[in-house]
Amino acid sequence: MEITTSQFKHCDVIKVTGRIDSATSPQLAEAIAKINDQGRYKLVMDFADVSFISSAGLRVLIATLKNCRRYNRGDLLLSSLPENIHSVFDLAGFTSIFKIYDDVLSAVASF
Amino acid sequence: MGSRIFPGNFESLADISEFIRLEGKEAGLSDKENFELETAVDEAVSNIIEHAYGGEGIGDIFCICTPIADGIEVILEDYGQPFDPSCVAAPDLNVQLKNRKNHGLGYFLMCQLTDVVHFEFSEKQNRLTLIKRKK
Repeated sequence: MEITTSQFKHCDVIKVTGRIDSATSPQLAEAIAKINDQGRYKLVMDFADVSFISSAGLRVLIATLKNCRRYNRGDLLLSSLPENIHSVFDLAGFTSIFKIYDDVLSAVASF
Repeated sequence: MGSRIFPGNFESLADISEFIRLEGKEAGLSDKENFELETAVDEAVSNIIEHAYGGEGIGDIFCICTPIADGIEVILEDYGQPFDPSCVAAPDLNVQLKNRKNHGLGYFLMCQLTDVVHFEFSEKQNRLTLIKRKK
């Protein structure tokens, strides 16, 4: 898994490439924590190149969502979900609690 | 039929996924069905490492794939502690975010994404059978 982060005026974009599983999810949690440690809680996660996500990755996402929305200080928006990943999100009940956008630009513009 | 032995650590997950993908393809699963099987097996293997072995690098995981008439059977064997995730409460997906638990989705996904989930525990080994049928 590779993670690249980009800081914009109103939010940070986290682009993940590859698998998010039990082996790699700690790395994702660490990358998010680094952004939160700077007092930044408005996040967009770009899933366009994510090939796989397991419940270990879903745990990171829901913990991040709770943390970002606390005190109404931000949000975690998801963008560009591949069809297979979207199906997993549907099953896990994530599509009703996350805001999901077709592309990164739309997500960034919504902040 | 294909069988492989994988070291019981999380780094094996990508290799196991690739193995399952190849076996599923040979058994005639669609890309979507194969992705669902990969997800279920990933959850099962993660449970074995985390709960049956109690950590990484403790024991191996045996994976046996057998094509069946309408899909594929995947057997996962380990020599750790018996761990039956069906005893874990199912996640409530309809609660508000603040009440939603971060854990508990693994077994739920495993059951949703395969047609049969069957555990057998003996003194010597644990065996999980997953069956994924073609639609």
